[in-house]
Amino acid sequence: MDRIESLIQLLAWGPNGWGDEIAAGTAITVALGIATLPFGLLLGFLIALAKHSGGRTARMFGNLYTTVFRGLPELLTLLIIYYGGQRLIQEVQALLVEDPEPIEVNAFVAGMVALGMVFSAYSSEVFLGAFKGITIGQIEASRALGLSRLLTLRLVVLPQLWRFALPGIANLWLILLKETSLVSVIALPDLLRSTFIAVGVTKEPFFFFLVACLIYLVLAMISSIGIGWIERWANRGERRAGA
Amino acid sequence: MTTTPHPEAPPTASGFFGEARTGDLVALALAAVIASLVLSDWPVAIGTWLGNDIFVRYWPRLAEGLGVTLQLVAISIVLGGLLSLPLALARFRNRGFASTLAYGYVYFFRGTPLLAQTFLVYYGAGEFSDTLRGIGLWGFFKEAYWCVLLTFSLNTAAYQAEILAGAIRAVPRGQWEAAHALGLSKPVAFVKIILPQAFVTALRPYGNEVILMIKGSAVASVVTVFDLMGATRLAANRTFDEQVYLWAAVVYLLLVETIRRVWDLIERGLTRHLRRRA
Repeated sequence: MDRIESLIQLLAWGPNGWGDEIAAGTAITVALGIATLPFGLLLGFLIALAKHSGGRTARMFGNLYTTVFRGLPELLTLLIIYYGGQRLIQEVQALLVEDPEPIEVNAFVAGMVALGMVFSAYSSEVFLGAFKGITIGQIEASRALGLSRLLTLRLVVLPQLWRFALPGIANLWLILLKETSLVSVIALPDLLRSTFIAVGVTKEPFFFFLVACLIYLVLAMISSIGIGWIERWANRGERRAGA
Repeated sequence: MTTTPHPEAPPTASGFFGEARTGDLVALALAAVIASLVLSDWPVAIGTWLGNDIFVRYWPRLAEGLGVTLQLVAISIVLGGLLSLPLALARFRNRGFASTLAYGYVYFFRGTPLLAQTFLVYYGAGEFSDTLRGIGLWGFFKEAYWCVLLTFSLNTAAYQAEILAGAIRAVPRGQWEAAHALGLSKPVAFVKIILPQAFVTALRPYGNEVILMIKGSAVASVVTVFDLMGATRLAANRTFDEQVYLWAAVVYLLLVETIRRVWDLIERGLTRHLRRRA
Protein backbone atom coordinates (compact mmCIF):
# COMPACT_ATOMS: atom_id res chain seq x y z
CA MET A 1 0.00 0.00 0.00
CA ASP A 2 2.84 2.36 0.87
CA ARG A 3 4.39 1.58 -2.47
CA ILE A 4 1.27 2.61 -4.34
CA GLU A 5 1.01 5.78 -2.29
CA SER A 6 4.61 6.72 -2.99
CA LEU A 7 4.09 6.06 -6.69
CA ILE A 8 1.02 8.28 -6.74
CA GLN A 9 3.00 10.98 -4.98
CA LEU A 10 5.49 10.89 -7.83
CA LEU A 11 2.71 12.23 -10.03
CA ALA A 12 2.14 15.23 -7.76
CA TRP A 13 2.09 18.75 -9.17
CA GLY A 14 4.98 21.08 -8.42
CA PRO A 15 8.68 20.61 -7.69
CA ASN A 16 8.30 17.31 -5.82
CA GLY A 17 6.29 15.44 -8.40
CA TRP A 18 6.30 14.89 -12.12
CA GLY A 19 2.63 15.63 -12.73
CA ASP A 20 3.20 19.10 -14.17
CA GLU A 21 6.12 17.98 -16.36
CA ILE A 22 4.08 15.14 -17.82
CA ALA A 23 1.11 17.43 -18.32
CA ALA A 24 3.34 19.89 -20.18
CA GLY A 25 4.60 17.01 -22.33
CA THR A 26 1.04 15.94 -23.05
CA ALA A 27 0.27 19.50 -24.11
CA ILE A 28 3.18 19.42 -26.57
CA THR A 29 2.02 16.06 -27.95
CA VAL A 30 -1.48 17.39 -28.50
CA ALA A 31 -0.19 20.69 -29.90
CA LEU A 32 2.06 18.87 -32.36
CA GLY A 33 -0.84 16.71 -33.52
CA ILE A 34 -3.15 19.70 -33.93
CA ALA A 35 -0.47 21.76 -35.70
CA THR A 36 0.30 18.91 -38.11
CA LEU A 37 -3.34 18.27 -39.03
CA PRO A 38 -4.15 21.33 -41.21
CA PHE A 39 -0.76 21.17 -42.92
CA GLY A 40 -1.13 17.45 -43.65
CA LEU A 41 -4.73 17.85 -44.78
CA LEU A 42 -4.00 20.71 -47.17
CA LEU A 43 -0.95 19.03 -48.66
CA GLY A 44 -2.82 15.73 -48.89
CA PHE A 45 -5.70 17.43 -50.69
CA LEU A 46 -3.34 19.07 -53.19
CA ILE A 47 -1.61 15.73 -53.84
CA ALA A 48 -5.00 14.09 -54.29
CA LEU A 49 -5.99 16.80 -56.78
CA ALA A 50 -2.76 16.19 -58.67
CA LYS A 51 -3.41 12.46 -58.78
CA HIS A 52 -7.09 12.83 -59.62
CA SER A 53 -7.20 15.55 -62.22
CA GLY A 54 -3.64 16.60 -62.92
CA GLY A 55 -1.72 16.05 -66.10
CA ARG A 56 0.73 13.25 -66.70
CA THR A 57 3.59 14.85 -64.81
CA ALA A 58 1.43 15.90 -61.87
CA ARG A 59 -0.01 12.40 -61.60
CA MET A 60 3.44 10.84 -61.70
CA PHE A 61 4.70 13.22 -59.04
CA GLY A 62 1.68 12.50 -56.85
CA ASN A 63 2.13 8.76 -57.12
CA LEU A 64 5.86 8.98 -56.45
CA TYR A 65 5.26 11.19 -53.41
CA THR A 66 2.71 8.73 -52.02
CA THR A 67 4.95 5.72 -52.63
CA VAL A 68 7.93 7.34 -50.95
CA PHE A 69 6.28 8.73 -47.84
CA ARG A 70 4.09 5.70 -47.27
CA GLY A 71 7.07 3.39 -47.73
CA LEU A 72 9.64 5.10 -45.50
CA PRO A 73 9.65 4.50 -41.77
CA GLU A 74 8.26 7.61 -40.07
CA LEU A 75 11.34 7.76 -37.87
CA LEU A 76 13.61 7.90 -40.91
CA THR A 77 11.51 10.63 -42.55
CA LEU A 78 11.73 12.60 -39.32
CA LEU A 79 15.52 12.28 -39.09
CA ILE A 80 15.97 13.17 -42.76
CA ILE A 81 13.87 16.31 -42.33
CA TYR A 82 15.55 17.24 -39.05
CA TYR A 83 19.22 16.68 -39.98
CA GLY A 84 18.82 17.21 -43.72
CA GLY A 85 16.87 20.43 -43.06
CA GLN A 86 19.68 21.62 -40.83
CA ARG A 87 22.21 20.92 -43.56
CA LEU A 88 20.07 22.56 -46.22
CA ILE A 89 19.59 25.74 -44.19
CA GLN A 90 23.33 25.94 -43.51
CA GLU A 91 24.18 25.62 -47.18
CA VAL A 92 21.63 28.21 -48.24
CA GLN A 93 22.93 30.52 -45.50
CA ALA A 94 26.52 30.02 -46.64
CA LEU A 95 25.48 31.12 -50.11
CA LEU A 96 23.73 34.24 -48.87
CA VAL A 97 25.87 35.56 -46.03
CA GLU A 98 29.61 35.64 -45.47
CA ASP A 99 29.85 34.52 -41.87
CA PRO A 100 26.57 32.85 -41.03
CA GLU A 101 25.24 32.50 -37.53
CA PRO A 102 24.10 28.91 -37.13
CA ILE A 103 20.32 28.52 -37.12
CA GLU A 104 18.98 25.51 -35.26
CA VAL A 105 16.10 23.67 -36.86
CA ASN A 106 13.30 23.71 -34.34
CA ALA A 107 12.42 20.13 -33.33
CA PHE A 108 8.73 21.01 -33.20
CA VAL A 109 8.76 22.36 -36.74
CA ALA A 110 10.79 19.40 -38.01
CA GLY A 111 8.30 17.04 -36.38
CA MET A 112 5.39 18.96 -37.84
CA VAL A 113 6.83 18.91 -41.36
CA ALA A 114 7.85 15.24 -41.27
CA LEU A 115 4.62 13.96 -39.73
CA GLY A 116 2.65 16.26 -42.02
CA MET A 117 4.31 14.80 -45.10
CA VAL A 118 3.58 11.25 -43.99
CA PHE A 119 0.02 12.29 -43.09
CA SER A 120 -0.48 13.94 -46.47
CA ALA A 121 0.69 10.83 -48.34
CA TYR A 122 -1.94 8.74 -46.57
CA SER A 123 -4.68 11.39 -46.60
CA SER A 124 -4.25 11.95 -50.35
CA GLU A 125 -5.36 8.34 -50.83
CA VAL A 126 -8.36 8.97 -48.58
CA PHE A 127 -9.32 12.07 -50.59
CA LEU A 128 -8.82 10.15 -53.82
CA GLY A 129 -11.32 7.56 -52.59
CA ALA A 130 -13.71 10.33 -51.56
CA PHE A 131 -13.54 11.86 -55.05
CA LYS A 132 -14.98 8.60 -56.37
CA GLY A 133 -18.07 9.15 -54.24
CA ILE A 134 -19.01 12.23 -56.24
CA THR A 135 -20.73 11.16 -59.44
CA ILE A 136 -19.74 12.70 -62.75
CA GLY A 137 -23.36 13.77 -63.28
CA GLN A 138 -23.07 16.31 -60.50
CA ILE A 139 -20.02 17.87 -62.09
CA GLU A 140 -21.80 17.98 -65.47
CA ALA A 141 -24.91 19.49 -63.88
CA SER A 142 -22.95 22.23 -62.19
CA ARG A 143 -21.10 22.97 -65.43
CA ALA A 144 -24.46 23.12 -67.20
CA LEU A 145 -25.59 25.68 -64.64
CA GLY A 146 -22.63 27.78 -65.67
CA LEU A 147 -20.47 27.31 -62.57
CA SER A 148 -16.77 27.67 -63.22
CA ARG A 149 -14.38 24.85 -62.39
CA LEU A 150 -13.29 26.56 -59.18
CA LEU A 151 -16.87 27.26 -58.10
CA THR A 152 -17.81 23.66 -58.88
CA LEU A 153 -15.00 22.54 -56.60
CA ARG A 154 -16.05 24.93 -53.85
CA LEU A 155 -19.82 24.60 -53.95
CA VAL A 156 -20.42 21.07 -55.22
CA VAL A 157 -17.37 18.91 -54.62
CA LEU A 158 -15.87 20.09 -51.32
CA PRO A 159 -19.04 20.06 -49.17
CA GLN A 160 -19.53 16.37 -50.03
CA LEU A 161 -15.89 15.41 -50.23
CA TRP A 162 -15.04 16.17 -46.63
CA ARG A 163 -17.95 14.09 -45.40
CA PHE A 164 -16.86 11.10 -47.49
CA ALA A 165 -13.28 11.55 -46.32
CA LEU A 166 -14.12 11.97 -42.65
CA PRO A 167 -13.90 8.32 -41.48
CA GLY A 168 -10.53 7.82 -43.20
CA ILE A 169 -9.15 11.10 -41.87
CA ALA A 170 -10.36 10.24 -38.37
CA ASN A 171 -8.41 6.99 -38.58
CA LEU A 172 -5.30 8.85 -39.73
CA TRP A 173 -5.65 11.28 -36.83
CA LEU A 174 -5.53 8.41 -34.34
CA ILE A 175 -2.39 7.11 -36.06
CA LEU A 176 -0.85 10.60 -36.10
CA LEU A 177 -1.42 10.96 -32.37
CA LYS A 178 0.66 7.85 -31.76
CA GLU A 179 3.34 8.84 -34.24
CA THR A 180 4.00 12.14 -32.48
CA SER A 181 5.86 10.02 -29.92
CA LEU A 182 8.71 9.69 -32.44
CA VAL A 183 9.71 13.33 -31.95
CA SER A 184 10.97 12.37 -28.51
CA VAL A 185 13.94 10.91 -30.41
CA ILE A 186 14.94 14.41 -31.56
CA ALA A 187 14.68 15.68 -27.99
CA LEU A 188 11.37 17.54 -28.21
CA PRO A 189 9.93 17.29 -24.67
CA ASP A 190 6.65 15.67 -25.67
CA LEU A 191 4.71 13.24 -23.48
CA LEU A 192 7.07 10.32 -24.04
CA ARG A 193 10.22 12.43 -23.65
CA SER A 194 9.08 14.00 -20.37
CA THR A 195 8.19 10.55 -19.11
CA PHE A 196 11.66 9.42 -20.09
CA ILE A 197 13.23 12.26 -18.11
CA ALA A 198 11.06 11.41 -15.11
CA VAL A 199 12.21 7.79 -15.33
CA GLY A 200 15.85 8.89 -15.44
CA VAL A 201 15.45 10.65 -12.10
CA THR A 202 12.99 8.43 -10.24
CA LYS A 203 14.15 5.03 -11.53
CA GLU A 204 10.52 3.92 -11.83
CA PRO A 205 10.38 2.97 -15.54
CA PHE A 206 7.46 0.57 -15.44
CA PHE A 207 5.14 2.88 -13.58
CA PHE A 208 5.94 5.99 -15.59
CA PHE A 209 5.84 4.38 -19.03
CA LEU A 210 2.56 2.72 -18.09
CA VAL A 211 1.21 6.14 -17.14
CA ALA A 212 2.40 7.51 -20.49
CA CYS A 213 0.66 4.67 -22.34
CA LEU A 214 -2.54 5.30 -20.40
CA ILE A 215 -2.40 9.01 -21.27
CA TYR A 216 -2.07 8.08 -24.95
CA LEU A 217 -5.10 5.81 -24.53
CA VAL A 218 -7.08 8.62 -22.90
CA LEU A 219 -6.13 10.97 -25.76
CA ALA A 220 -7.36 8.33 -28.23
CA MET A 221 -10.61 7.95 -26.30
CA ILE A 222 -11.23 11.70 -26.22
CA SER A 223 -10.48 11.80 -29.96
CA SER A 224 -12.95 9.01 -30.62
CA ILE A 225 -15.66 10.87 -28.75
CA GLY A 226 -14.85 14.05 -30.67
CA ILE A 227 -14.84 12.19 -33.97
CA GLY A 228 -18.21 10.62 -33.21
CA TRP A 229 -19.59 14.07 -32.47
CA ILE A 230 -18.19 15.55 -35.70
CA GLU A 231 -19.48 12.63 -37.75
CA ARG A 232 -22.98 12.97 -36.36
CA TRP A 233 -22.89 16.69 -37.04
CA ALA A 234 -21.52 16.18 -40.56
CA ASN A 235 -24.23 13.68 -41.45
CA ARG A 236 -27.09 15.59 -39.81
CA GLY A 237 -28.68 16.16 -43.22
CA GLU A 238 -28.50 12.51 -44.24
CA ARG A 239 -31.66 10.50 -43.99
CA ARG A 240 -31.05 7.26 -42.20
CA ALA A 241 -32.94 4.02 -42.80
CA GLY A 242 -35.58 3.56 -40.14
CA ALA A 243 -35.37 7.12 -38.92
CA MET B 1 -32.45 -25.59 -84.75
CA THR B 2 -29.87 -23.32 -83.33
CA THR B 3 -26.26 -23.98 -83.94
CA THR B 4 -24.33 -25.18 -80.99
CA PRO B 5 -22.27 -22.34 -79.62
CA HIS B 6 -18.55 -22.59 -79.71
CA PRO B 7 -17.32 -24.36 -76.63
CA GLU B 8 -15.35 -22.06 -74.41
CA ALA B 9 -11.68 -22.11 -74.99
CA PRO B 10 -10.08 -24.68 -72.73
CA PRO B 11 -8.33 -23.15 -69.76
CA THR B 12 -4.71 -22.59 -70.46
CA ALA B 13 -2.26 -24.48 -68.35
CA SER B 14 -1.16 -22.29 -65.52
CA GLY B 15 1.16 -22.80 -62.62
CA PHE B 16 0.92 -21.58 -59.08
CA PHE B 17 1.12 -17.91 -59.98
CA GLY B 18 -1.38 -18.06 -62.81
CA GLU B 19 -0.22 -16.64 -66.07
CA ALA B 20 3.13 -14.95 -65.83
CA ARG B 21 3.15 -11.19 -66.18
CA THR B 22 6.03 -8.80 -66.44
CA GLY B 23 5.17 -7.55 -62.94
CA ASP B 24 6.03 -11.00 -61.59
CA LEU B 25 9.49 -10.79 -63.05
CA VAL B 26 9.95 -7.37 -61.48
CA ALA B 27 8.84 -8.75 -58.11
CA LEU B 28 11.21 -11.69 -58.29
CA ALA B 29 14.06 -9.49 -59.49
CA LEU B 30 13.47 -7.09 -56.60
CA ALA B 31 13.46 -9.99 -54.15
CA ALA B 32 16.75 -11.19 -55.60
CA VAL B 33 18.23 -7.69 -55.19
CA ILE B 34 17.15 -7.49 -51.54
CA ALA B 35 18.57 -10.93 -50.82
CA SER B 36 21.85 -10.05 -52.51
CA LEU B 37 22.09 -6.86 -50.43
CA VAL B 38 22.32 -9.01 -47.31
CA LEU B 39 24.32 -11.88 -48.74
CA SER B 40 26.86 -10.38 -51.11
CA ASP B 41 28.98 -7.26 -51.24
CA TRP B 42 28.40 -5.91 -54.73
CA PRO B 43 27.31 -2.53 -53.28
CA VAL B 44 30.79 -2.23 -51.75
CA ALA B 45 32.33 -2.87 -55.16
CA ILE B 46 30.20 -0.07 -56.61
CA GLY B 47 31.09 2.20 -53.70
CA THR B 48 34.78 1.52 -54.29
CA TRP B 49 34.36 2.25 -57.96
CA LEU B 50 32.63 5.54 -57.15
CA GLY B 51 35.32 6.33 -54.61
CA ASN B 52 32.78 6.81 -51.78
CA ASP B 53 34.82 5.91 -48.70
CA ILE B 54 32.00 6.35 -46.21
CA PHE B 55 29.82 3.98 -48.17
CA VAL B 56 32.55 1.37 -48.46
CA ARG B 57 33.26 1.59 -44.73
CA TYR B 58 29.68 1.55 -43.45
CA TRP B 59 27.73 -0.45 -46.01
CA PRO B 60 28.59 -3.83 -44.40
CA ARG B 61 27.03 -2.59 -41.15
CA LEU B 62 23.91 -1.44 -42.99
CA ALA B 63 23.62 -4.79 -44.75
CA GLU B 64 23.92 -6.53 -41.40
CA GLY B 65 21.27 -4.17 -40.05
CA LEU B 66 18.98 -5.04 -42.94
CA GLY B 67 19.35 -8.69 -41.94
CA VAL B 68 18.40 -7.84 -38.35
CA THR B 69 15.36 -5.87 -39.53
CA LEU B 70 14.18 -8.77 -41.69
CA GLN B 71 14.71 -11.19 -38.82
CA LEU B 72 12.84 -9.02 -36.32
CA VAL B 73 9.88 -8.55 -38.63
CA ALA B 74 9.69 -12.18 -39.78
CA ILE B 75 9.87 -13.65 -36.28
CA SER B 76 7.47 -11.18 -34.69
CA ILE B 77 4.93 -11.57 -37.50
CA VAL B 78 4.93 -15.36 -37.00
CA LEU B 79 4.83 -15.22 -33.18
CA GLY B 80 2.20 -12.49 -33.31
CA GLY B 81 0.20 -14.59 -35.75
CA LEU B 82 0.19 -17.53 -33.35
CA LEU B 83 -0.89 -15.30 -30.48
CA SER B 84 -3.55 -13.59 -32.57
CA LEU B 85 -5.62 -16.76 -33.05
CA PRO B 86 -6.70 -17.20 -29.41
CA LEU B 87 -7.16 -13.43 -29.16
CA ALA B 88 -9.43 -13.36 -32.20
CA LEU B 89 -11.41 -16.32 -30.89
CA ALA B 90 -11.82 -14.70 -27.48
CA ARG B 91 -13.22 -11.59 -29.19
CA PHE B 92 -16.14 -13.71 -30.43
CA ARG B 93 -17.38 -14.50 -26.96
CA ASN B 94 -20.06 -12.03 -26.02
CA ARG B 95 -19.11 -11.73 -22.40
CA GLY B 96 -16.82 -13.21 -19.85
CA PHE B 97 -13.30 -12.81 -18.65
CA ALA B 98 -11.51 -13.99 -21.80
CA SER B 99 -13.46 -11.64 -24.02
CA THR B 100 -12.83 -8.61 -21.80
CA LEU B 101 -9.16 -9.49 -21.54
CA ALA B 102 -8.78 -9.84 -25.31
CA TYR B 103 -10.63 -6.56 -25.85
CA GLY B 104 -8.41 -4.75 -23.36
CA TYR B 105 -5.29 -6.28 -24.87
CA VAL B 106 -6.16 -5.24 -28.41
CA TYR B 107 -7.27 -1.79 -27.29
CA PHE B 108 -4.05 -1.19 -25.35
CA PHE B 109 -1.66 -2.33 -28.05
CA ARG B 110 -3.47 -0.57 -30.87
CA GLY B 111 -4.04 2.62 -28.93
CA THR B 112 -0.53 3.34 -27.68
CA PRO B 113 2.65 4.15 -29.63
CA LEU B 114 4.96 1.25 -30.42
CA LEU B 115 7.86 3.31 -29.06
CA ALA B 116 6.15 3.71 -25.68
CA GLN B 117 5.44 -0.03 -25.59
CA THR B 118 9.08 -0.75 -26.37
CA PHE B 119 10.21 1.54 -23.53
CA LEU B 120 7.71 -0.10 -21.20
CA VAL B 121 9.07 -3.58 -21.87
CA TYR B 122 12.77 -2.74 -22.19
CA TYR B 123 13.21 -0.28 -19.31
CA GLY B 124 10.33 -1.71 -17.32
CA ALA B 125 11.96 -5.15 -17.30
CA GLY B 126 15.07 -3.63 -15.75
CA GLU B 127 13.03 -2.68 -12.71
CA PHE B 128 12.12 -6.31 -12.13
CA SER B 129 15.61 -7.65 -12.77
CA ASP B 130 15.81 -9.42 -9.39
CA THR B 131 12.51 -11.22 -9.89
CA LEU B 132 13.41 -12.05 -13.49
CA ARG B 133 16.82 -13.35 -12.37
CA GLY B 134 14.99 -15.48 -9.83
CA ILE B 135 12.93 -17.24 -12.49
CA GLY B 136 15.81 -17.40 -14.95
CA LEU B 137 14.39 -14.96 -17.50
CA TRP B 138 16.84 -12.12 -16.94
CA GLY B 139 19.14 -13.36 -19.68
CA PHE B 140 16.21 -12.81 -22.05
CA PHE B 141 15.10 -9.39 -20.82
CA LYS B 142 18.53 -7.80 -20.47
CA GLU B 143 19.07 -8.00 -24.23
CA ALA B 144 17.45 -5.13 -26.11
CA TYR B 145 17.00 -7.43 -29.12
CA TRP B 146 14.79 -9.90 -27.25
CA CYS B 147 12.80 -7.14 -25.58
CA VAL B 148 12.11 -5.56 -28.93
CA LEU B 149 11.18 -8.91 -30.42
CA LEU B 150 8.74 -9.51 -27.57
CA THR B 151 7.21 -6.03 -27.88
CA PHE B 152 6.81 -6.30 -31.64
CA SER B 153 5.22 -9.75 -31.34
CA LEU B 154 2.74 -8.54 -28.71
CA ASN B 155 2.00 -5.43 -30.79
CA THR B 156 1.42 -7.17 -34.11
CA ALA B 157 -0.64 -9.86 -32.36
CA ALA B 158 -3.20 -7.19 -31.48
CA TYR B 159 -3.39 -5.89 -35.07
CA GLN B 160 -3.46 -9.41 -36.53
CA ALA B 161 -6.22 -10.42 -34.11
CA GLU B 162 -8.37 -7.59 -35.47
CA ILE B 163 -7.61 -8.62 -39.06
CA LEU B 164 -8.39 -12.26 -38.35
CA ALA B 165 -11.57 -11.52 -36.40
CA GLY B 166 -12.82 -9.35 -39.24
CA ALA B 167 -11.99 -12.02 -41.82
CA ILE B 168 -13.70 -14.78 -39.84
CA ARG B 169 -16.78 -12.58 -39.51
CA ALA B 170 -16.74 -12.08 -43.29
CA VAL B 171 -17.12 -15.82 -44.04
CA PRO B 172 -20.79 -16.33 -44.98
CA ARG B 173 -22.98 -17.94 -42.34
CA GLY B 174 -24.04 -20.60 -44.87
CA GLN B 175 -20.56 -22.12 -44.66
CA TRP B 176 -21.15 -22.90 -40.99
CA GLU B 177 -24.58 -24.31 -41.75
CA ALA B 178 -23.30 -26.44 -44.63
CA ALA B 179 -20.51 -27.82 -42.45
CA HIS B 180 -23.04 -28.59 -39.73
CA ALA B 181 -25.35 -30.31 -42.22
CA LEU B 182 -22.43 -32.49 -43.31
CA GLY B 183 -22.04 -33.59 -39.72
CA LEU B 184 -18.79 -31.75 -39.01
CA SER B 185 -18.26 -30.76 -35.43
CA LYS B 186 -17.78 -27.06 -34.72
CA PRO B 187 -14.00 -27.20 -34.13
CA VAL B 188 -13.44 -29.26 -37.30
CA ALA B 189 -15.66 -26.93 -39.30
CA PHE B 190 -13.74 -23.97 -37.95
CA VAL B 191 -10.28 -25.32 -38.73
CA LYS B 192 -11.08 -26.94 -42.07
CA ILE B 193 -13.84 -24.77 -43.54
CA ILE B 194 -13.95 -21.34 -41.96
CA LEU B 195 -10.32 -20.56 -41.18
CA PRO B 196 -8.91 -21.29 -44.66
CA GLN B 197 -11.48 -18.96 -46.23
CA ALA B 198 -10.83 -16.32 -43.60
CA PHE B 199 -7.12 -16.45 -44.38
CA VAL B 200 -7.78 -15.77 -48.05
CA THR B 201 -9.84 -12.68 -47.15
CA ALA B 202 -7.16 -11.60 -44.70
CA LEU B 203 -4.28 -11.87 -47.15
CA ARG B 204 -4.31 -8.26 -48.22
CA PRO B 205 -4.55 -6.73 -44.72
CA TYR B 206 -1.85 -9.16 -43.60
CA GLY B 207 0.40 -7.79 -46.34
CA ASN B 208 -0.26 -4.26 -45.10
CA GLU B 209 0.56 -5.36 -41.58
CA VAL B 210 3.91 -6.79 -42.72
CA ILE B 211 4.76 -3.45 -44.35
CA LEU B 212 3.65 -1.49 -41.29
CA MET B 213 5.83 -3.78 -39.18
CA ILE B 214 8.88 -3.14 -41.39
CA LYS B 215 8.37 0.59 -41.00
CA GLY B 216 7.58 0.33 -37.30
CA SER B 217 10.61 -1.84 -36.62
CA ALA B 218 12.78 1.25 -37.07
CA VAL B 219 11.99 2.22 -33.48
CA ALA B 220 14.14 -0.72 -32.35
CA SER B 221 17.09 1.55 -33.06
CA VAL B 222 16.03 3.83 -30.19
CA VAL B 223 16.78 1.11 -27.65
CA THR B 224 20.22 0.31 -29.12
CA VAL B 225 19.27 -2.50 -31.49
CA PHE B 226 21.39 -2.30 -34.62
CA ASP B 227 18.74 -2.97 -37.20
CA LEU B 228 18.89 -1.13 -40.53
CA MET B 229 17.85 2.10 -38.83
CA GLY B 230 20.23 1.56 -35.91
CA ALA B 231 23.20 0.92 -38.21
CA THR B 232 22.23 4.01 -40.21
CA ARG B 233 22.11 6.23 -37.14
CA LEU B 234 25.44 4.87 -35.95
CA ALA B 235 27.06 5.58 -39.33
CA ALA B 236 25.51 9.06 -39.50
CA ASN B 237 26.64 9.94 -35.98
CA ARG B 238 30.19 8.79 -36.60
CA THR B 239 30.66 10.42 -40.00
CA PHE B 240 28.55 13.57 -39.42
CA ASP B 241 27.27 12.91 -42.92
CA GLU B 242 23.52 12.83 -43.48
CA GLN B 243 23.79 11.06 -46.84
CA VAL B 244 23.68 7.79 -44.90
CA TYR B 245 20.00 8.44 -44.16
CA LEU B 246 19.32 8.64 -47.87
CA TRP B 247 20.94 5.24 -48.52
CA ALA B 248 18.76 3.80 -45.77
CA ALA B 249 15.73 5.44 -47.38
CA VAL B 250 16.51 3.74 -50.68
CA VAL B 251 16.92 0.36 -48.97
CA TYR B 252 13.66 0.73 -47.02
CA LEU B 253 11.78 1.74 -50.17
CA LEU B 254 13.22 -1.21 -52.09
CA LEU B 255 12.27 -3.52 -49.25
CA VAL B 256 8.70 -2.26 -48.92
CA GLU B 257 8.17 -2.31 -52.68
CA THR B 258 9.54 -5.86 -52.88
CA ILE B 259 7.27 -7.11 -50.10
CA ARG B 260 4.28 -5.42 -51.73
CA ARG B 261 4.93 -7.00 -55.12
CA VAL B 262 5.87 -10.44 -53.83
CA TRP B 263 2.81 -10.39 -51.60
CA ASP B 264 0.62 -9.55 -54.59
CA LEU B 265 2.15 -12.50 -56.38
CA ILE B 266 1.45 -14.86 -53.49
CA GLU B 267 -2.08 -13.52 -53.18
CA ARG B 268 -2.71 -14.13 -56.87
CA GLY B 269 -1.38 -17.67 -56.49
CA LEU B 270 -3.56 -18.44 -53.50
CA THR B 271 -6.74 -17.00 -55.01
CA ARG B 272 -6.36 -18.40 -58.51
CA HIS B 273 -9.35 -20.70 -57.93
CA LEU B 274 -11.54 -17.64 -57.35
CA ARG B 275 -10.69 -15.91 -60.59
CA ARG B 276 -12.89 -16.17 -63.60
CA ARG B 277 -11.00 -17.69 -66.46
CA ALA B 278 -10.84 -15.44 -69.47
